[in-house]
This record gives sequence, structure tokens and C-alpha cells, in this order.
Amino acid sequence: MKNDIVKSEKKSNITGSSLLIRILVVVGIYALVSALMLTGNMSRSWESLSIRICFNVILALSLNLVVGFLGELSLGHAGFYAVGAYAGSMFAVYTDFPMFVRIIGAVLVGALSAGIAGFLISSSILKLKGDYLAIVTLAFGEIIRSFVKILPGTGGTAGLSGIPAFPSRYVGFTFAYAFVILTLIILKCFINSRHGRAVTAIRDNVISAEMLGININRYKVTVFVIASVLAGVAGVIFSFFKTMIEPNDFSYNLSIEILVMVVIGGMGNLTGSIIAAGVIVVVPELLRALEDYRMLMYAIVLIAVMLINESPKKAQFIERYSPKVLLKKLLRKGEKKSESA
Amino acid sequence: MKKITATKLVSLVLLAFLLLPLFAACSNAEDKNMIIIGGIGPLTGEASTYGVSVKQGAEIAIKEINDAGGVNGIKLKLYFEDDQADGSKAISAYETLMDKGMQILMGAVTSGSSVALNDYVKKDKILQVTPSASQIEAAENPTTFRICFIDPFQGQEMAKYIYNTLGYTKAAIIFNQDDSYSTGMKDAFKDQWAELEGTISAEVSFGKSTTDFGAQMTQIANSDAEFLFMPIYAEKAAQIVLEADKKEVDLPLFGGDGLDGILTYLKGENAKLVEGMTYLTPFIASDEDEAVQSFVSKYEAAYKEKPDQFAADGYDAIYVIAAALKEANVTQPKELDVDALVAAMKKIEVDGLTGKMTFDDDGEPNKPAKFAKIVDGKYVAQ
Amino acid sequence: MQVFISTLIDGLNQGSVYALIALGYSMVYGIAKMLNFAHGDVIMVGAYALFVSITQLELPIPVTFLLCVIISATLGFVVEKLAYKPLRKATPIAVLITAIGVSYLLQNIALLVFGSRRKMFTPFLKLGSLKVGGISIPMISFVIIGTMLVIMIGLQLFIKKTKTGIAMLAVSEDKAAAQLMGININRTISITFIIGSALAGIAAILYSAKYMTVDPYTGSLFGIKAFAAAVFGGIGSIPGAMIGGILIGVFEAMTTGYLPGNLTQASDGFAFAILIIMLILKPTGIFGTKRIEKV
Repeated sequence: MKNDIVKSEKKSNITGSSLLIRILVVVGIYALVSALMLTGNMSRSWESLSIRICFNVILALSLNLVVGFLGELSLGHAGFYAVGAYAGSMFAVYTDFPMFVRIIGAVLVGALSAGIAGFLISSSILKLKGDYLAIVTLAFGEIIRSFVKILPGTGGTAGLSGIPAFPSRYVGFTFAYAFVILTLIILKCFINSRHGRAVTAIRDNVISAEMLGININRYKVTVFVIASVLAGVAGVIFSFFKTMIEPNDFSYNLSIEILVMVVIGGMGNLTGSIIAAGVIVVVPELLRALEDYRMLMYAIVLIAVMLINESPKKAQFIERYSPKVLLKKLLRKGEKKSESA
Repeated sequence: MKKITATKLVSLVLLAFLLLPLFAACSNAEDKNMIIIGGIGPLTGEASTYGVSVKQGAEIAIKEINDAGGVNGIKLKLYFEDDQADGSKAISAYETLMDKGMQILMGAVTSGSSVALNDYVKKDKILQVTPSASQIEAAENPTTFRICFIDPFQGQEMAKYIYNTLGYTKAAIIFNQDDSYSTGMKDAFKDQWAELEGTISAEVSFGKSTTDFGAQMTQIANSDAEFLFMPIYAEKAAQIVLEADKKEVDLPLFGGDGLDGILTYLKGENAKLVEGMTYLTPFIASDEDEAVQSFVSKYEAAYKEKPDQFAADGYDAIYVIAAALKEANVTQPKELDVDALVAAMKKIEVDGLTGKMTFDDDGEPNKPAKFAKIVDGKYVAQ
Repeated sequence: MQVFISTLIDGLNQGSVYALIALGYSMVYGIAKMLNFAHGDVIMVGAYALFVSITQLELPIPVTFLLCVIISATLGFVVEKLAYKPLRKATPIAVLITAIGVSYLLQNIALLVFGSRRKMFTPFLKLGSLKVGGISIPMISFVIIGTMLVIMIGLQLFIKKTKTGIAMLAVSEDKAAAQLMGININRTISITFIIGSALAGIAAILYSAKYMTVDPYTGSLFGIKAFAAAVFGGIGSIPGAMIGGILIGVFEAMTTGYLPGNLTQASDGFAFAILIIMLILKPTGIFGTKRIEKV
């Protein structure tokens, strides 16, 4: 298990050229999507999907920090998402500031509340491991969902409506995309720092890490807090997208769905999480034409992807056919040709 | 090498499956001469029975109208998209329908999804008729109309009926904490009940993952309640009634329109358990009414099951839309004037399965509430 | 006082069902070291098999029971062969996700075949109830607890006394060493799944007899509670699954019964809160063994 994680984790030395490529990819995607949106060439379902992909990407990335880098199985991510969504949207609903201030304030309030929840929860479960931690995080998620129903101002079971919407789809996308980038930067910086290495050391071998003088509890809490702050931000974006939120939006099924994204994308692989989150959101939408067979197909695709992902043949396949290898082959051929000429 | 081809094949097949819908989704040519109605509701997931019923009821109405030559000669086309009772998926479903050229929205089936669409419908300014979203906020938009009763209305009416007509004063309530239909009706009932100065002897709840109702029934069995109010859906109610029987709770039962169809779950001996149950409903499947009978037989022939109130709501929603189109004198399928349609909606009177209805300025239906009672294993209008 | 005792018994009733399901979870986990999230859905399929054979095929009751167990066991075997076996060397979490996929798959097949509407059984096991001082206890609860005790003892004997059982134990301890001793790992894990799924079949019978209802989501709804029960008892421990299930049932009954006023609306949350407190006090569950980590 551990070898797999190490393998899938790319050595991240941000040298000049690779940083440049990354920036180009990030700007390129944004330019492409906004060009399509602004010229009206993107179908409406894709416009709203692009925002849904963004907050799901943030969720997957932040859970990956816990599951992939810290190596703890958390099934309660929907709980932090809920705290962020409710705190942020309550700020937006019950205050009278101009729109801009309300959105920014909502993000701050949501992130802060989710962070506090993350701190309280993670510091109470430090002793738990593995499946025990999984069930306790799941229980916390359900508790948060339950208590939202009785707290004042949350709208109860019927949900909180009247949350201000993004002025336009394009603004919404820009906003969400900016937070995806911010999330990536925060995670990259954290993972590549001394602290990030400490966290992966804890994952790979707790006892050795402890012997090196790494404060395990402090790092566990830090990771949970970062992950829950980010999940909280995703929650705020979600609530502005949906304009009404209800407790049923945040059930454990969602936590499981986020976990599916992380695992399919590869634990400890940030790029993988981004792609997987996109795929998990998009696939059920693409399968709409299958009507009654849609979710059946989705289940089959999910199982098939897992089986293919884990099969040793996939590694061989990638070795021969990955874009990088193909590019190299092509270059080599070109060289040969030029030589013979 | 052979082994790798197998993997490749699988991946290719998967890819083909994923790309297939991209092309299939393109709107076809015959849509141009039709009015496109979009439906949204849960077809999969835990709430799927509601969406499936609405869809099936609506399909029967569409077929009837089109077989009779359509509305002013224009045929109707229904596209129904799954939202799994999840608001953000409902938004995607809505956008997919808009891409398919939806002109009128029939939905969403569940309240949460419907409220999530408010903003979108407002911006696009299309006519929306929701068959069954009973939460107040679901019909906030000026272009939105509703077929079903709102939750508070049902709670209030039941409280008044029980207190004033039947003279009970001590209530027991069981409700679903994860369903806004249930909590909405419960809250309204409680408020009204307090105003009438009735007392509440027991109040218990269950959640969506509850499978056992023993503890709830113990509380009710040991209270001095004179009746049991159940603002929940028939599926859970059937299970609760069975549990009540084990605990020898023999209280008169009351509820809202969600209880309709409970006899499909309680057959034979068990039907006796709900004898005398009284609930508020706009639709009674065993109604002598000719239209109801014809609908029931068509529905049973097509889907091998008895229709419930959701099916009736879906059926009526389509007929209401058709009536509005006729009233507004629509002659060109692609030139719908929303303002004219909204004005027409407020003028029409439709004699539907769920009663004769007109619509007020807030988009709410004016239709008589029928109290139905189960007598000798049959639904009887009071 | 009478209300309290009745509520306690309600909790035992409900808990016995959780325990029955948790038993299958824990057994498979104990040997194969994987969380079979689809276990609840195997029960759901078993319950549908029972429903069809009782109401549509109108077979004699004992035959329907047998059929239900056989179908569940076969399903478990097939699922293991197709979905889990290729993942023998994968991470536990990858297997978990595949199991979730299998769970979705079974739910959606049931949805397509049987429709979304809940099916109600006609009563097929009429047992009545026992009355003690004004409190009535349904006989089915005794049957469930009795069956569970028999299964538990049977499993213990099977694992300790038979060759296959000892092989299972060996596989759960150390796969590589077991293989060196000439144990066929794949066969042993297959047998574990067949037994686990046969238990699911028995759970399906008792569940249907108690609640007389089945829908495509039956399995996933109580599956999560059973999972909690298995973990709470100490995952992998068979007596733990039983105690864990019963305790979770009791927590639930108490929170439903005794939360005042508005708080009833959050009864689910309170039951989970008790679970958390207990686990924080005893981080490896009730019967869980603490594995000492070595460098």
C-alpha cells in the first residue's frame, strides 16, 4: 500500500520550466472556458457543471490531504463542508452589506467556522486509527447534519433559502476557479514544506516519525484544520451556486463520493484528484441519455475504473502509451529521420 | 501484447459509452413542431418513488393530449430528467433541459430541488408548474404555479378538523426529521393546535435511516394521547402502523395527503389496521369519478401498479399546462409569451383528478380539500 | 419505569437486527481484512429473492428460506470472484471503493427490476409476542437473538475445529505465511465470502420477518448502522459485533424515546454522539485488540 502512494506521488521540484508549464495550463483552461462562456458557445449544462466541478475539486483536494498525505481514512468531510456552507450563507443571508462584501465575508466566515470545527473534532479523536477513525468521522458528519436541523437560523429540515446567487455564471466560475487555484497553491506549499514532509513521514511510519521528534498530534490537527477550512470554502461556493441549502445535501453519501474521487485519482496525487473530481461530476451528466440505466452504468464504470486502475496491466499500458512516452518516441523518430537525411 | 489489447478494448468501450450521450443529446428535428415540457424529479435514489410516479402520470397525460390532436394542433413533448432529489443535480438537470429547448418546466417533484431552481427560473422567466413541491418557498416566483397543497395548509386544516369536528384534545405526533414535507406540516399543526389550546401528549420522530419504530411507539403507547397525527408518507406510515399494532396502540389515525395509497402496502389482514384512518387528500384512487377511473385503468395497464397522488399530480400538471396554452391561444410552438401564459394560468379552471382548481396571484391552487377516510378497506371521501 | 424497560427492550429488538448484519461484516473483515460495504445490499437482494418466491412463486416457506440463503451465498461468491479477487494486492481503501461500486450496482439493478416502490410482504412467519407484566416482547426478537447465538457458536466451532476454519484463521493472521504452509488463499477467501453471504441470507429472512418490507435502498440504510456496530464492537470480533449492534440499537431507542421537545428532531445525531464518546474512551472498540506496532 505504502509503495503505491510513494510511486504515485510525483517528485515535486518546481523548477522554472515546469512552473511555467503549470501556469500556462492553469491560465489556458481558464481562458478557454471563459472564452466559450462569454461568446455563448458553451451549452448551459456545461456552464453550471464547470462551477460544480470547481467546488468538488476543492473538496477532493482537501480530503486528499487527509487521506493521501496524512494516511487517515476520514468519512466526515461532508460535515466540514456543511459547517462552511451554513456559516457562510447565514452570514450572507442575515447581513445587509453590498453583494461583494457579503460574498467575501461569507467565504471568511465559512472558512473560519469550518476550521474551528476541524480543530475541535480532530483534537478529540487523536487516539483513534483506521476504521475506528473512519466511523467516528462519519458519526461527526452525521451529528453536524442532525444539529443543523435544530439550530436557530438554519431553516431546519426545510433548508436555508434566499442565499444570494452569483451575478452571472461567468462570475461564479471565475470566483470558484480562483479558489481552486488558491487551494492548489496552499496545498503545494504545505506539502513541499518541512511540515508537509513531516506529514508524509507520519503516514509512512508513525514510530520513526515520532523518533525523529515530529509532534504527531500537532500535525494531525494541522492537517485536519487545513482540510476543513478548504472544505468550508467549497461549502460557501456551493451555497452561492445552489442558492438554498438543506441538511440532506450533506449526508455521509457525499463524504463517500468525495472519497471515491480521491481514491480514483490516486491517493497523494493532486492532479489525479482534480481529474477524478471532474470525471465523477461529469459522468452521471453524460450518462443522462441512458435514462433508466444511467446510475447502473455509473456503478459499472466505477467498478471497471477501480479494476483497471489496480490491474498490473495498466502500468504496462501507461509505460508504452502515456503521452510523455509517445512524445519521446516521436522525437526519437524525428531525430533518426533527420540523421538519415 | 494480447493482454494489453484486452485492457485497451475495455477502455475504448468505456470511452465510447461516455461519448455516446454527447451526440445523442442533440435535439432532434421533430422537436421543432412541438412544445417542449421539461420534467425534473428523482428517478433513482431513495426518493425515487415520487419522481417515477410523477413522470408516469405525466406521460399518460401527454399521450392522451397528443392522441387527441394536441393543443391547438400542436403536440407536446416531455423530457424528464433525474435529479436524485438533490438540489445541485436538479440545477444540472434544469440546464440539460434548457439545452434541449425546454419551454415550460414541470417540476421539480421534491421541495428542496424546486427551491434550488427558483433563481434559475426567475432569470429565464419561463412558466413553471410544480406538481408536488409543497414547501411554501417553492412557488415564490411570479411565473411558478403549484398543483399540490402547501404543507402548513394541511397541518392547519387537520388540526381544526380534529379539534372542532371530532373534539379530541390530546395529540400524539410522529414525524420524519429528514423530510421538510413532514416537519413543515408538523410545525403548522403544532402552532394551530396550540392556538386551539389542545395539548400534545407525545411527540416523536424518526430519520431517513430508521428501520425500527418500536421506541417511538412505546412513547405513544404510554402517553394519554387520544389520536395519532402522522404527517408522513404512506410507505413509512405502513410500517409504523404495523409496529403500532404490535404495541397495541389503537388510536384514531390522521395525516396529510402523503398517506394516500397506504392500502397498497397493507394487504389482507393488515388493511384492518388503518380502518378509520382520516387524511386530507385531493385525490382518491377508488373515486367513482369517471376521469379518475379511466386514469387508473390506463396507468395500471401501462405500469402494472396503482397510481398514487404523485401520479395524479403529474397528470394534472400536464393538463393545467395544456389548458393555459389553449387559453393563451398559442398557435406557434416556438413563440410562447410567458406573460400571456401566466395571465392565462390565473384565468383557467381545470377539472383535474385532484379536484377542480383555479390559481391565485401567488401561484397557489384553489381547490377543495377532501377528507378521505378508510372504511372497510376502501378510501371513502368524507 | 415501565416505559424505560419497554424502551430498553425496543432497543434490544432493533439492536438484534443490527447485530445480525454486523456479524456478517465482522466475519468477512476478520478473515479478508476488507470492509464489504455491499454486505447490506446482498441482504437486500436476498430479501427480494424471498419476496418473489413467497408472493409470486408461492413456494413452501422452508423452500423459500433455503432459496434465499442459496441466492445470497451465490451472489456473494460471484461478487467476490468478479470484483474483489482482482484486487487482492490492492490497498484496502481501493477495495472499499470497489465495494461501494458493487453496492450502487446492486441497488440500481434492484431499482430496474423491482421498481422504486417499496414491497410489503404478506406475513409469512407469525409468531405473536410474549407478555411480561404489561410489556410485550415480539417472539421474533427471541428468534433473532437465538439464531445469532447459534451462528456465533457455530462460527467459533467451525473456525477452531475444522481444517478450512483453521486455514481461515491462518489467512487472517498472515497471508504470505499461510500460503507457504500450502493453504489456497483464494479458495479460503472465497469460502469466507460464501459463509458471510449465507449469513446475509439468514439476516434477510429474519429482517423480512420482522419488518415485512423491502426496497432497493434497504441495504444501504441499515448497512451504515451495522458498519458502525461492527466497528464499535471491535472490528473483526464476532462477539463484539453482537454486543456493538445491540448497544447501538439501545442508544437509538433511548435517544428517540427520551429527548425532550425540539431535540427529538436530532435524535439520529445524539445516537452517534454516544457512539463517539464511547469510542474516544475506548479507541479500539469493545472487544478490539490493540495491535502493538513494531518498527
